[in-house]
Amino acid sequence: MILQALVDGVFTGAIISLGAIGLSLTLQIMRFANFAHAEFMTLGGYLALAIVWMIGPGSPTLGLTFGWQLLVAALLASALAGLMAWGLDLLVFRPLRRQGAASLVLVFAAFGAALVLRHVLVLIWGHESYFYTRELQMGVMIMPGMRVMPDQVFILALAVLLMVVLHLFLTFHRTGIAMRAMAESPALSQVCGIRVDSVMRTTWIISGFMAAMAGVFSALTPQLHPELGSNMLLSVFAAAIFGGVGSLPGAVLGGLLVGISENLFLLVADPGYKPAMPFLLLLAVLCLRPQGLLGERSS
Amino acid sequence: MAGILSYLVFFLCVVLVLCILTMGLNLQWGFTGLFNAGVAGFYAIGGYTHAILTAAPNPQLMGNYGLPWIVGILGAVLLTALAAAVIGLITIRLRGDYLAIATFGIGIMIQLVALNLERWTGGSQGITRIAKPMGAAFDTPMAYNLFYLAFLIAVVVLVYWALERILSSPWGRVLRAIREDEVAAASLGKSAVSFRLQSFVLGSSLMGLAGALYVSFIGFVSPFDFLPILTFQVWAMLIVGGSGNNRGAMLGALVVWGVWASSGVLVSKWIAPAYAAQGAAIQVILIGLVLVLMLLFKPRGLIGERAVVSRHLVW
Repeated sequence: MILQALVDGVFTGAIISLGAIGLSLTLQIMRFANFAHAEFMTLGGYLALAIVWMIGPGSPTLGLTFGWQLLVAALLASALAGLMAWGLDLLVFRPLRRQGAASLVLVFAAFGAALVLRHVLVLIWGHESYFYTRELQMGVMIMPGMRVMPDQVFILALAVLLMVVLHLFLTFHRTGIAMRAMAESPALSQVCGIRVDSVMRTTWIISGFMAAMAGVFSALTPQLHPELGSNMLLSVFAAAIFGGVGSLPGAVLGGLLVGISENLFLLVADPGYKPAMPFLLLLAVLCLRPQGLLGERSS
Repeated sequence: MAGILSYLVFFLCVVLVLCILTMGLNLQWGFTGLFNAGVAGFYAIGGYTHAILTAAPNPQLMGNYGLPWIVGILGAVLLTALAAAVIGLITIRLRGDYLAIATFGIGIMIQLVALNLERWTGGSQGITRIAKPMGAAFDTPMAYNLFYLAFLIAVVVLVYWALERILSSPWGRVLRAIREDEVAAASLGKSAVSFRLQSFVLGSSLMGLAGALYVSFIGFVSPFDFLPILTFQVWAMLIVGGSGNNRGAMLGALVVWGVWASSGVLVSKWIAPAYAAQGAAIQVILIGLVLVLMLLFKPRGLIGERAVVSRHLVW
């Protein structure tokens, strides 16, 4: 039981981490809590569904329930979602920044944007659940009391790959370094000739992309519905803050911790209370170590 | 005719309850700059506390103590204040977004508890037979609703008057000073954390009061009275009316609730029942658009905050 909960926790944790990475970046670089972030996850899920309807999910390969077509759909949908995240910034957040609005006003606009985005999806697709494929998958026993689905392993591997690529980008690429500089100090980085607009654009596209990938993965295991993202919002926030805002390894660690503790919590508590776990973790970390596990105390 | 009149009375009662909610939020956001994303949660704490304390005994449920109405109201306000104090103590000293995230969590938690703690809250069935003030003194529901309308008007006037008094007192000036320039206020020896906490707790207790007044009007409570969308509606009321102005907050409550209710009627008339979900989605999109567009194009709202200049300033 506990072993299974740990394994499931790692899988959901990987998805939460992908969501938390983008949220953590926007929290640190844009300096506001983007409550619309979870909607990028849902959006990615539905965009991928639309593409899957066009090109099909592909025939099952390598024990997975889908073929290469779904992977293409996921990447394409996530790229689109990244562009739409940037579009949202151009439409809503940038004009507000230009007006000199306080960061909490942006939080508020994000709430409004989230409502609109989610309900436009409801308007188009309704409240029903969708599946990318109709294939069924049996868990493979890898140890007594521990079952794993090939789809989950694939998702985990892809999530790790994405995180490594992003880490390398942030560490070595010029734009990645500029993003970290902006996170550190917007004023100083402007003095150094960093183009703020282009850094912000990259940040939005990356966080939209990562969130949409998380959305597709979450929809793949097992279903897609309009509350997919908003149900995970608290977990994603908890992960970003738990790990330390602005830190990529922190967001990954936070995601795993939240995912595992949610699944362990289900062993002892009524499933109806599942969303209580990220909330309690959030309060605990804000109480004990508000800068997060790997975060630095800001002055 | 009688139907329209009784609907109008009902509508106005709801608007008055929303006025109290919006003024509570205005104290937090308009005057102190605190972001409360859990309005529906605090409202629900008030509503459920009142219900559990005053509802007539029911063998299926814990609670339902059948206590007098006024005990329910006081209990509701106290418990909401306590919940706000706990959240405030943890998050108010941190960056502003963390209060938003934590209060957002409170909203979700209350919804969970209301749905799942069935022994106390009745789950999705809710709690019935909740105490109404002077419930026995009126023969017809219409007469009672008219009485309750008058009573709510009195409460709203009282809340408005009390808020205006404390906001024009030195206490209110400190709140605005902290909102405008925390460092300057701190340099004058005002503890920003303590004042913010007071304002947050007071505003949230008003939301608890509103919740208790609402359920004692309806006589029934269920999780569906406190859906998360309510938080956005109250925010829209404050922004449309004009944050930082209590009269604006009340005007916003009337306008936004009026638009919401009439758009509901239109949607149910024009859209086939099979597309009810889509109709409801259109209503929510409308609220979201109103929020964003007001922020972008008319951030002051219909009647914004009055610019106050010290009378000691020499022109």
